[in-house]
Amino acid sequence: MMADRAFIAGFFVIGIMAVSAFLTLTAGRDLPADYLQMQVADPVQGERVFIAAGCASCHLAPDAKWDGNAPPPLPGGRRFPSPFGTFTAPNISTHPEAGLGNWSDRAIARAVVLGVSPEGAHYYPAFPYASYQTADPRDIADLIAYLRTLPPVESIAPPHEVGFPFNIRRSLAVWKFLFTDPTPILPDPLPAELARGRYLVETLGHCGECHTPRNPLGGLDRRRWLGGAAHPSGDGSIPNITPAGLIWSEADIAAYLKTGFTPEFDVAGGEMVEVIVNTARLSDADRQAIASSLKAIPPVQ
Amino acid sequence: MTATLKVLCATLALSLPATIASTESHVDPAIQGAITARQSHMRLYAHNLGALGAMARGMVEYDAERASAAASNLLALSQLSQGSYWVPGSDNSSVEGTRALPAIWANIPDVVEHAAALTAAAESLAASAGTDLASLQAGMGAVGGACGACHRAYRQSE
Repeated sequence: MMADRAFIAGFFVIGIMAVSAFLTLTAGRDLPADYLQMQVADPVQGERVFIAAGCASCHLAPDAKWDGNAPPPLPGGRRFPSPFGTFTAPNISTHPEAGLGNWSDRAIARAVVLGVSPEGAHYYPAFPYASYQTADPRDIADLIAYLRTLPPVESIAPPHEVGFPFNIRRSLAVWKFLFTDPTPILPDPLPAELARGRYLVETLGHCGECHTPRNPLGGLDRRRWLGGAAHPSGDGSIPNITPAGLIWSEADIAAYLKTGFTPEFDVAGGEMVEVIVNTARLSDADRQAIASSLKAIPPVQ
Repeated sequence: MTATLKVLCATLALSLPATIASTESHVDPAIQGAITARQSHMRLYAHNLGALGAMARGMVEYDAERASAAASNLLALSQLSQGSYWVPGSDNSSVEGTRALPAIWANIPDVVEHAAALTAAAESLAASAGTDLASLQAGMGAVGGACGACHRAYRQSE
């Protein structure tokens, strides 16, 4: 009898420990306390980060036409169909209720680099925090200062349409553990131009999020980095841009990123059109850096 | 493997290419003709853009006369009636050999608007391409933007 009670009590204690361990392990992480402390934020530099990171490409209204110059309104609302459901980009304008006007700088930084909401919930990796996690904290501080200069937009973006089991946000902790390897593809040490190109390609530009194939759980297959992928909508594919797939010269790649014209004078299509709106506004040196780092990554046949 | 099975396998293997070929030939000649026509039209854009782009990028020396001629061709191409190219049933979900998305036929007014935007950009390029290299470079940006705006929504990603 005593043994039974001890067993039942032990069972409950272990159960409670397991639940609390689960809740702790799957909770949203936080940034180091000093993450933004040493930074002097510069909104002008922040606009360059905003462009390199392609924020507007997802967070503009679905039918918005943005030339890359005027301060972009960022109400979100654009839908992203995927095998896991349809994700909707949220409002990241400065509106206090619909957007992130009331968020602290730390809350915004945590969202961007860790994919965690102010309430501690995990975001879906449709938001490319797996790429942004290696961003320079100075760039994040500048980006936040720039975001705060943008106009408030009142519309609230509709929720994601994601079915079971992907609607369990806690499960994303496991996803993050498995699939957010911060190790760069191009290993150190690198000359300055390649290091800059790697930062633009692997981190801010988040090229791998579309150009790298994903496994059945949606994790990037790093062994086939930028090796081309099925289009998440199910119609079409996204090209291989490793040296095995992209045979253009570095000058051709840089010109494409500036003008949208391929060497054959076809033009970019699909989502790449919005990417070109951003890359057209980078400096020539940055486009050249992207081109040289694309030529340096391992070829994927 | 029995002799019968071998014969069966050989027959199947031999008939496979024929099956594929007969599927291809099932494309309605009228639809195939429309697809070929519009792809040829796109090639003509690319050819003339290539002549302009080579100058814009400094790969060949700027030549006002040649720039004007290519830009005028672009404008003329953009003004051709394309109604007969875009026949219903010639989208990429209906036939092979095209990347034209079905969305084109669901959004004709928007497609027409994109076409008008291209004509407008080609008009200003035709007016400025012969002035100097800087004008040519500036005008090409708008033409590329007009091409891309339509391909963003209506051409399958490759």
